[in-house]
Amino acid sequence: MYGSGILKGLGVTFRHLITTFIDDIQWLGRKRDVDVFQQKQSLANRGLVTVEYPDEKLAVPERFRFTPFLVTYNLDDPDYPGKDWCTSCGICAKVCPPQCIWIVRGTDPKTGRPKPEPEQFYIDIDICMNCGYCAEYCPFDAIKMDHNYELASYDRTSAHIHDKARLSREIRYWQSIAPTTAAEEEAARGGYDHTDVQKARKKAGLEPSRPDPRLAKPAEPEPVPTPVAVTEAPVAVPQVAAPKAEAAPAPKAEPAASAAADSETPPHPGWVKRGRRWIDPNAKVEPVRRKGKVE
Amino acid sequence: MTDQVLPQVTDLPSTIAALKERFPNAVKDDTRSGYEGVIVDTACLQEFARVIRDEYGFNYLSSLTAVDYLGHGDHLEVVYHAFRVPSGGKPLVFKAQTDRQDAVIPSLVSIYPGADFQEREAYDLYGIHFTGHPNLKRILLWEGFEGHPMRKDYREAYYEQETKPFDSRWPGGHVFRGEEYNPFGHNVRYPAGFTLDDYKPVTEAEFQQGMALGVDIMGDPAFRTDRLLVNLGPHHPSTHGVFRMMVALTGETVESLEPVMGYLHRNHEKIGERNTWYGNMPFTDRLDYICSMCNNLAYAITVEQMMGGQVSVPYRAEVIRVLMAELTRITNHLWSIGFLLNDLGAFFTPALYAIQTREYILDFFEATAGARMMCNYMRIGGVYKDLTARIRSEAALINDRVRDMDTMEYLDKLINDRLPRSIDELDELLSESEIIKSRCIGVGLLPAEMAIAYSASGPLLRGSGVPYDIRRANPYSIYPELEFDVCTRPNGDIYDRYCVRLDEMRQSVRILKQILPRLKDTQGQPIFGGKTSYSIKVPAGEAYGFAENPKGELGFYLVSTGGGNPWRYHVRAPSFINLTPLGEMCKGQKVADVVAILGSIDIVLGETDR
Repeated sequence: MYGSGILKGLGVTFRHLITTFIDDIQWLGRKRDVDVFQQKQSLANRGLVTVEYPDEKLAVPERFRFTPFLVTYNLDDPDYPGKDWCTSCGICAKVCPPQCIWIVRGTDPKTGRPKPEPEQFYIDIDICMNCGYCAEYCPFDAIKMDHNYELASYDRTSAHIHDKARLSREIRYWQSIAPTTAAEEEAARGGYDHTDVQKARKKAGLEPSRPDPRLAKPAEPEPVPTPVAVTEAPVAVPQVAAPKAEAAPAPKAEPAASAAADSETPPHPGWVKRGRRWIDPNAKVEPVRRKGKVE
Repeated sequence: MTDQVLPQVTDLPSTIAALKERFPNAVKDDTRSGYEGVIVDTACLQEFARVIRDEYGFNYLSSLTAVDYLGHGDHLEVVYHAFRVPSGGKPLVFKAQTDRQDAVIPSLVSIYPGADFQEREAYDLYGIHFTGHPNLKRILLWEGFEGHPMRKDYREAYYEQETKPFDSRWPGGHVFRGEEYNPFGHNVRYPAGFTLDDYKPVTEAEFQQGMALGVDIMGDPAFRTDRLLVNLGPHHPSTHGVFRMMVALTGETVESLEPVMGYLHRNHEKIGERNTWYGNMPFTDRLDYICSMCNNLAYAITVEQMMGGQVSVPYRAEVIRVLMAELTRITNHLWSIGFLLNDLGAFFTPALYAIQTREYILDFFEATAGARMMCNYMRIGGVYKDLTARIRSEAALINDRVRDMDTMEYLDKLINDRLPRSIDELDELLSESEIIKSRCIGVGLLPAEMAIAYSASGPLLRGSGVPYDIRRANPYSIYPELEFDVCTRPNGDIYDRYCVRLDEMRQSVRILKQILPRLKDTQGQPIFGGKTSYSIKVPAGEAYGFAENPKGELGFYLVSTGGGNPWRYHVRAPSFINLTPLGEMCKGQKVADVVAILGSIDIVLGETDR
């Protein structure tokens, strides 16, 4: 019969329409629950899969790569607070396909000889093509790919060349965004510490590597959002049950994290909740400065 | 890469011997180390091409490109790769050499019409004049561009150094921007005597001959129709990017059509020559950005071919590569069918159904390779990392939703349930629809002989009834041990191309079902058998590696001088060469069908313009 093909096709679209409504009714009021969200994103889903960005966000997987950042020791590290992991060997700058990494190698002011830490480290994120080679080939686990993909800014000339201060993050941040990978790397290094630090400690007659501080103090309510047991049994951790409401604000060096947004306690005293976000009611929004304009 | 010996391969040396006998002084072996094929004297190049096509069956000129051997003999060389279609087998490689100053080579368009765009490209980028070419003008660059950028002595606007890595980056890497040293306005050079005010695009000028303002009112007085010039694009919903078609119409019927491209041109090949061998891998992602895994694979097998015994790809790596390539084929065909339907006017319903399914595959890519589209996953000698145990998203500081799935379970469900279901649903939705049938059947005809002559590849070729699939004709990776059919349809119209894509997705699912047990069996085996160094050196020589990409034959022609950077890096882009027959296919069709015909070729402008 002429037209039966069209009717058959319309049947498919109608089926989609119905499943979408069933979906809506089924998850009425619970649309943004974590377990519902997971089910909606699974292969079994037949209804809507849409994620309402930026109200909802898909968590990115561990291997996800965006722009690179530099790993440093934690700022509260008892022995090496904030020490760079980068030894300025230059492999990342050489392997970088679009050549977006600039490194000034550090020199010892007394002897004038090069020393294994970078004086300056720049990445032009306009040029960076997010390939991940720098992280892949770094022999010291010192440069890693960040998960933060929200880098919009008003002025590219001032904001898009990241310097060393902007690039540096604590090792704890890397452990939190990629626990499995970080644990694997730690095992490959032979301990928590940087390989050079391990060598130096061995020379000094110390235990080559100190234990991971995240494992050392499991009883304390650490302000680290990821589960502590993750390095031991990375696969078995029930990620779904991660207690979001208990996640306290990020450590001091971190920028205010939106993971805390669900929390009922404000990240800073006096802040108020707008929707799902905490904001500072007294904050002054600074006007965007444009280059060349005299104020 | 492949050990399978086809009868034609053993045949090739005797063919070459016979040809040398036939052209005693004009055909010589290419004796340079690492090179293959013959060097043909330019005087009898056309005769040679005619003989190999008519008498030896090399009826398909797959790739034509040029190389500048500045400092290595100081000549320009045009390299041809001719295949037998559909029987397959190794290509006959022949080369013609010419002087750098006065570069002239006879055109092969009259013998292989598929050489048309490729010769124009070689003219554009190398300045080689192909005598006898019917339409020799720039193709990727515009007329106001000075010089021929692929020549070795050409330096681009932000030139810094001949090859990467640049010395300025380390150890004294004080950051700067190229445009600060060469700001806008100073970074463009025009040819002598060229002024922007007098500029008139060559294409339009030719089209408008005898037409005032693009309209010829004397066109056909009997039917009172005007001859009309229409610019479809460069910004047009049908072009899937920035692409232009100059169409001359009589009434609504297409009289002639010429594709105009290059709006997205970035001289990928020059960048490739500056790059290190590894550095090119992420750049191949950006060619056909829908199929980055397949692009990676084609590049990796080409370099592996050049490195010979220095790398050996472990079995598990091959299994993962085929897994990725076939998943990519499904994503691409879902995408292209969805957008073909958009072009036909079914605005975004089929496309979104297709994209929804594609999303599940991209989730897997993201978890495994780190990116949804710019995967950069293959390495020379294996793959980047093994599959993760779980496809999982960490509830990190900046994200607040969690997903956690077992990878093998996920793949199992995806391959055995979700993908077949989605493909069947698409079939049910579209295949029998009377609207689609009446718009597609008999439109955009490309007969089999014409498809071969115009060097069409991929679903465009198989939709014309030519059973030529590189996975069978010249197998690579572990395809010889996998069972699948080469899908063809006999008629060569839009509907057949659509059907071939649907069939190929089903065949891909069939391959994936065979891959799953192999993945389980090889769990824990090595995935990389290459060099672990961050910079590799490739022995001197040349190689043409090619793979069956979802859009057609993606080939890489690489030349090495033994260093850390390629001397020549050429991409035989299927999206580019499949456009060669577009003008012929559209002739006599209605203008509304042009959009559908273009959609059925399935191009991606990132690859067309390179």
